[in-house]
Amino acid sequence: MDGVQSNGEGVGRSVPRKEDDRYLRGRGLFIADIRPQGTQDLAFVRAPVAHARVTAIRKPAGFEHCVFTAADLMGVLPITAVSGLPGFKQSSQLVLANGRVRHVGEAVAVCVADTRAEAEDIAELVEVDYEEMPAVSDMLAGMAVDAPRLHEGWTDNAFLSTRVDIGEASVRTNAAIVVRRTLRTARQHMAPIEGRGLVVQWDRRLEQLVMHSSTQMPHIVRTGLAECLGLPQEAVRIIAPDVGGGFGYKGILLPEEVVAGHLAMRLGHPIRWIEDRRESLTGGANCREHHYELTAYAHADGRLIALDCEAHVDAGAYSIYPFSACLEAAQVASILPGPYDFEAYRCSTWSVATNKPPILPYRGVARAGVAYAMETMIDAIAREAGLEPHEVRLRNLIPPEAMPFDNITNKHFDSGDYPQCLRRVVDAIDVPAFRARQRQATGPVRLGLGMAIFCEQAAHGTSVYAGWGIPMVPGFEQAQARMSPDGGLELRVGIQSHGQGLETTLAQVAHSILGVPIARMRVVHGDTGVTPYSTGTWGSRCMVMAGGAVAEACTQLAHRIARIGAHLLQCSVADVVVGDGEVRGPTGSVSIETVARTFYLRPQDLPEDVDGGGLDVTAGYKPERDSGTFSYAAHACTVSVDTRSGEIKLLDYAICEDGGVLVNPMIADGQVIGGVAQGIGTALYEEMAFDAFGQPSAATLADYSIPGATEIPVLRIDHMETPSPYTRFGQKGIGEGGAIGPPAAIANAVNDALAGIGARVDRLPITAARIVTAVMAARA
Amino acid sequence: MKAAAFDLAVPEDISDAATLLAGEDRRAMAGGQSLGPMLNLRATRPAWIVPLTGIAALHGAEQTSDAITLGAATTHAALADGRTPDLEGGVLARIAQGIAYRAVRNRGTIGGSLCHADPAADWLTTLTALDAVVLTTTRAVPLEGFVTGAYRTLLVQGEIVRAIRIPKPATGFHWRYHKLCRKPGEFAHAMAACLATTDGIRLAIGAVGGPPLLLTGDHVSLAGAEAVLGFLDPVDRCIQLEAVSRVLPA
Ligand SMILES: Cc1cc2nc3c(=O)[nH]c(=O)nc-3n(C[C@H](O)[C@H](O)[C@H](O)COP(=O)(O)OP(=O)(O)OC[C@H]3O[C@@H](n4cnc5c(N)ncnc54)[C@H](O)[C@@H]3O)c2cc1C
Repeated sequence: MDGVQSNGEGVGRSVPRKEDDRYLRGRGLFIADIRPQGTQDLAFVRAPVAHARVTAIRKPAGFEHCVFTAADLMGVLPITAVSGLPGFKQSSQLVLANGRVRHVGEAVAVCVADTRAEAEDIAELVEVDYEEMPAVSDMLAGMAVDAPRLHEGWTDNAFLSTRVDIGEASVRTNAAIVVRRTLRTARQHMAPIEGRGLVVQWDRRLEQLVMHSSTQMPHIVRTGLAECLGLPQEAVRIIAPDVGGGFGYKGILLPEEVVAGHLAMRLGHPIRWIEDRRESLTGGANCREHHYELTAYAHADGRLIALDCEAHVDAGAYSIYPFSACLEAAQVASILPGPYDFEAYRCSTWSVATNKPPILPYRGVARAGVAYAMETMIDAIAREAGLEPHEVRLRNLIPPEAMPFDNITNKHFDSGDYPQCLRRVVDAIDVPAFRARQRQATGPVRLGLGMAIFCEQAAHGTSVYAGWGIPMVPGFEQAQARMSPDGGLELRVGIQSHGQGLETTLAQVAHSILGVPIARMRVVHGDTGVTPYSTGTWGSRCMVMAGGAVAEACTQLAHRIARIGAHLLQCSVADVVVGDGEVRGPTGSVSIETVARTFYLRPQDLPEDVDGGGLDVTAGYKPERDSGTFSYAAHACTVSVDTRSGEIKLLDYAICEDGGVLVNPMIADGQVIGGVAQGIGTALYEEMAFDAFGQPSAATLADYSIPGATEIPVLRIDHMETPSPYTRFGQKGIGEGGAIGPPAAIANAVNDALAGIGARVDRLPITAARIVTAVMAARA
Repeated sequence: MKAAAFDLAVPEDISDAATLLAGEDRRAMAGGQSLGPMLNLRATRPAWIVPLTGIAALHGAEQTSDAITLGAATTHAALADGRTPDLEGGVLARIAQGIAYRAVRNRGTIGGSLCHADPAADWLTTLTALDAVVLTTTRAVPLEGFVTGAYRTLLVQGEIVRAIRIPKPATGFHWRYHKLCRKPGEFAHAMAACLATTDGIRLAIGAVGGPPLLLTGDHVSLAGAEAVLGFLDPVDRCIQLEAVSRVLPA
């Protein structure tokens, strides 16, 4: 009996997505579609100020029984997320503020009523006395010695500061080229189309708190929620229904989940909270805000010698569960060198506590900022050296013959041909032809070319996360493959699929092994009650980890099927093959359906040595090496910039992506396209500014600008498929790469366009006003 | 957020509507595309809402040799689709096509847009350049002057806009409208509209925080625009002037 036999709908095929039928017909079941009988809705009273002492909360007369404050939440523990990194300062987030609020939107009280509108009516009547304190609204100012402190007993406002100094310091003196840049990225809101939400009730029969929550990590929420509520974990079940986008926004244990869980137990009826857009914008702009001071040292021919960086990350008010407040900055230090080989590297980082919502890892996590920083420096070197930007990159990229390669920060690049990837986008853009057109465009509308090459580490496992020491360290990923008596298959996984197409791709994996048609499979996910434990969906890990686990479970299942099949065929197990939905022996075949029927319904026909575990297998999986898969991509684009109006047009956008073996190339393209759309948002549109008092600038999507269909150009996507040496099918995680490249590529293109007039924009997003400001400054 | 509780008073006709709206705490609703969000944000909380779009007299359009008169409840979509009379060259249709996106255009009305008086609204600036007149239940007011500030008009409680009269410029007129916005269909951060006929020239500059600025005759030039835009910060002024330069006749 042997491995992969069937592939009609298997790994490598662009099978249409199983889940799309219900999505496209509007028949999905999202959190706000769930409202059990007797449900009451919550409305939170949220802090209108960023930093204040709360000196009094008065419940409106007659409504005392339906308003709850911190004082009412007896026995509920705060959310704490420590990091084991040395020097980490701990914060503790009360699920309802008690005595102090630290960001606009922090929950102070909660109101319960029959409808959300009525709950809001009551919330309006709750009186809270705030004694305002000076706010830290900028991370650099927040590190000043006299800056107001967010947390008691802290010597400064850094959750964590880190420093690495690698290589021989003196090599910097060899540099013919030294370039410096100060760069800043904006605080963003992830803006999934569906916000957060939950519906929770106490199940008296099972003595279990059952919570539907729009989350990416149901098992982790269960662990964290149980801890905060003082419940054993078997007394909590979390179910993520259809989830309308996550991107990291739903990779968290929420204070609202803890409050609602407590109230459901206390009040004895179902409780619902559906976040609205205003709540999510004013209290949920929580990602991507970095500040960089960079110096790059290079030889005259563009070869990089060394890089120095001081990076600040605005981490917001609290350390969130499970990722903590310092994952982002720690990532910055370790991934800034990217796919380049050089001699010396210094990097200091600060994760600064500010009076803003706590930072969460957003698609691409630190990488969108890091690639912007690194790729800006490569272009700066190219300009000094008088070389084409791609030429400088080619002189510095890790060559394919060096793979696998451990870089200067010890990142293990598993495979790939980065120079080829870059050459493919350079050819796609036709750089010489573009340069000729660019030389002609000397009027007010200028043309520019920009590119970026970067890697995406995915499916990081135990070896990486044990080092961070955060509450969650992924280990073996498990999957359950369960055959029904009529030969259908249920795949149960602890991750959650919310746009990634995993209901299809995991079925494709199973199909490759068993040949069961994917129409006869159900991928059950996102429910702690019926799936094996998992850290959930984040870090582009699912195709590698859950895919590997499904393959392992199906392989073991195939062995059990083979044994029964061989018995029915009256031949030796060694002589049968499982695939195409059947067991084939030397003289005939028997369908998997018959095997299943025999096991469940005609046990009298079973062989003596049948496995009593039956046709129901849970198996665990870890890649051969769990330091992460390294997919990578090159993005190149051309833009026009109107120097009078500041208008930017994306003229052409070419991508070459190497995601290893693509389980479903169509879905991989979809992931790239969606990611690029978000990356364009980071580059050109999205910014939640906070004023000196810590007030966010936008409360509606009219003010917080995200790109839509009209802002996304046609993307030309090319693929390379260098298999990962460590994963089940050679697949690599590719969920985030699309979002990483655009800020770097677009910023480089805009600055290429502005170079002719001596202007430059060193800050994201690049808005019309910022272009015009730079042009005016250059002319002055 | 959910709107605070309100009651609905559905009028029979326009005079009934005027009566229903005469008291305190009452608000007319046309397409609801501006009022709806304000209700949901509880930025406004009338006790009564009086829906207008069911009133026949607010629909329909009339055309004479010198003007087009559009019912206040004419939707952006009706104009965009050419289901109403238009000026030569499809001037009104093209303006309507650039407002928001289809779902908003299906409901949003020309009258609601003028009454809401968002400084960056398309109709406000373009119809000011076109010298339109607002016909209310009690009077006819030139659009120039109708809007008194951001989100403020001359309308008094109970007064309803019935229709908008747009004069037809003489054949062979110059018309240009340009708005600069981050995304198509978004409210603009700079806009200008220019009408030049044998009778004279009118330039309206919008999205400047209040009613559009109107320049006529000899004042219509980049220098003239620069002079009235002195209150803007230099970057915003530079971008506004770019919009202006794109609409001025060659
Ligand atoms: C997402 C979005 C994008 C948009 N983008 C644009 C854009 O790019 N450009 C643009 O110009 N607009 C834009 N709008 C606004 C849109 O054009 C609205 O239709 C318009 O502002 C209001 O028209 P309405 O019929 O919906 O009025 P409503 O919202 O119903 O009413 C608006 C106000 O006018 C009053 N009112 C309405 N009709 C009358 C009347 N006949 N007499 C007296 N008072 C009246 C109401 O009491 C209310 O105070 C956008 C709206 C949305 C939601």
